[in-house]
Amino acid sequence: MSSETKQILTTDGIPLEVSLKKAEKKNKIKAFLLVAPLLLFLVITYIFPIGDMFMRSVDDKMITNMLPKTFKAMEKWENLEELPPEEVYRSFYEDYKLLAENQQHGKLGQRLNKEKNGFNTITKKLFRQIKRKKIDESISIKEQINKLHKRWRNVEYWLAIKRTAPPYTVAKYLKGMDMYFDSDGSITQVEEDRRIHRILWLRTLEIAFFVTLFSFFMGYPIAHLLATLPMKYSNLLMICVLLPFWTSLLVRTASWMILLQQQGLVNDFFVMIGLVGDENRPEMMYNKVGTYVAMTQILLPFMVLPLYSVMKTISPSLMRAGKSLGGTPFVAFWKVYFPLTIPGIGAGCLLVFILAIGYYITPALVGGASGTLISNQIAFHMKTTLDWSFASAMGLMLLTGVLVIYWIYNKLVGVDNIKLG
Amino acid sequence: MALPSYTETRYRIWHYIYLTICTFVFFFLIAPLFVIFPLSFNAEEFLVFSEGMKNLDPDAFSLRWYKDMIYGTKNPWGLAAKNSFIIAIFATIGSIILGTLAALGLSSRHMPYKGLIMATLISPMIVPLIISGVAIFFFMAKAGLAATHTGIVLAHIILGTPFVVITVTATLSGFDHSVTRAAASLGSNPVNTFMKITLPLILPGVISGGLFAFVTSFDEVVVVLFLAGLENTTIPIQMWTGLREQLSPTILAVATCLILLSTLILISAELLRRRSERLRGINR
Repeated sequence: MSSETKQILTTDGIPLEVSLKKAEKKNKIKAFLLVAPLLLFLVITYIFPIGDMFMRSVDDKMITNMLPKTFKAMEKWENLEELPPEEVYRSFYEDYKLLAENQQHGKLGQRLNKEKNGFNTITKKLFRQIKRKKIDESISIKEQINKLHKRWRNVEYWLAIKRTAPPYTVAKYLKGMDMYFDSDGSITQVEEDRRIHRILWLRTLEIAFFVTLFSFFMGYPIAHLLATLPMKYSNLLMICVLLPFWTSLLVRTASWMILLQQQGLVNDFFVMIGLVGDENRPEMMYNKVGTYVAMTQILLPFMVLPLYSVMKTISPSLMRAGKSLGGTPFVAFWKVYFPLTIPGIGAGCLLVFILAIGYYITPALVGGASGTLISNQIAFHMKTTLDWSFASAMGLMLLTGVLVIYWIYNKLVGVDNIKLG
Repeated sequence: MALPSYTETRYRIWHYIYLTICTFVFFFLIAPLFVIFPLSFNAEEFLVFSEGMKNLDPDAFSLRWYKDMIYGTKNPWGLAAKNSFIIAIFATIGSIILGTLAALGLSSRHMPYKGLIMATLISPMIVPLIISGVAIFFFMAKAGLAATHTGIVLAHIILGTPFVVITVTATLSGFDHSVTRAAASLGSNPVNTFMKITLPLILPGVISGGLFAFVTSFDEVVVVLFLAGLENTTIPIQMWTGLREQLSPTILAVATCLILLSTLILISAELLRRRSERLRGINR
């Protein structure tokens, strides 16, 4: 028998398998071409810049490029207990002279000063000597530099220069965790009373956690009510969830600022029912109370909507079956209904937690000094101190945290359960 | 939700506690929005209910803050509103076009690496805004688009497309592809099929995604704070500055207008959702 029976041919004589594969490939390309514009746009304007953030956060090339000869010479500096050899001094002098000619020496001084206090003074001293041409290149440079200031005779300062040699550094990440490289290169914690970043991280986590918890305990009952009520009532009540959802975040924050102020309606109410005296109205804004109340109300719809869409799919007959089999309503709820709502709980908690952890508008407005979260700090370094590499480092630490949470969630529940209303 | 007549007393009590909790939560959600409304008509400069307002004295109410919002000489609200609308409209159009195309591709059976691509496309929704803000700022600064309308529009397209992708993919999941094949077999070219058959059917999903994109852009403040110069000020930026410095009744007048706008958007979103459910044959 010939091969004709083994292979089915299309009308134009090409085997069907080949022809199908060709069509399949064409469809693949077609589908991909539809996605391509958005994918390309996002990769260029969004994904690459996040990569750029990473490069900035570890970048330490400035000083590597400023002192090329010095770092090369330092490779031969073996006994780190003693001052470096003449060659290192000479290379440093040559590098520095070049920088001084290009008016770049100031930057170097500032950068080294960050590494070890007191550098700025001694580099300026060296600069004045070079400018006055007081340094004789024909004799030992080491001796001349050492004579300038006693700090040049201190090996710690030369070690500090050596530490800046690698083009990349994790120093910004350490700073974000209140740690730094000690003069001998080991990682050390900053003094107890200066650990501000750790407080911010903990506070951010604490607020995100409690806001998620409050939203869950408030959102679960109303999602259940909305899912079990007849359509005509639930549609009406749904407005109470959807109107805040669609309303501007700043508008909602403004309304809480009015409600929670000392002469505000909430305090009026407390005075009216006799909970507090008129003279000592409690401060409810510019502290954590305000942050919790406002953020919970603002993020609550993000908890209710996923819960509702899951609960809507649970048949009421399941609860009836549970009860008819002898369970009390509590047992029926706990053993039958609650486990079925777990995907909704997961989606709601994930959404609220991730939104809360990156929040800063509301805490900044109603939280006062205790409302500063990690995002505020990032914005502060972006806009005020202009330490963009530090802002990038902290942003990426936050992003890593969010991605880990997202990954855990995806493993436990699956991302496909996220729905919008 | 009436309880059956055989319910035991303790479950009755539980039921009423549950209803009380629900009432409280609904009140907690909606009540704050209604505080702004009367206070924006306050005749005085303070942000508390005056004695006159409590007694419903007509003299205690006035439209002066609305006048101030529109005609106030030093007020930036006119420029801010103009900018906000221009930016939001262009960002919405951009998000709809890019998002719908991508959703069409993603819904195809033949799409390779679907999970990875979907994750990339919706990542701006998951990444905290402040990080998106920093990253987008770095890009716009390099591209020379910081402090321009174009830059802000592009930034808002980034933030808005995930919503369009999600809603349109959801609409397409119930889409009967045999109708497009029928159109093709009758000799229609793909573009014509899309315009005449697919688009009308998925339109509710497209528009509701567009509404999300519009609101995201119109309400966005974190990224704009990095990108905007004085010329690009938007309503959220003005509100943010105003709330930080001095909470004035003019802000409440603006807030009232914004609540009215969100009510309009809510109604349209709700109508669209129902229409889309009808079209997909989901009748519950």
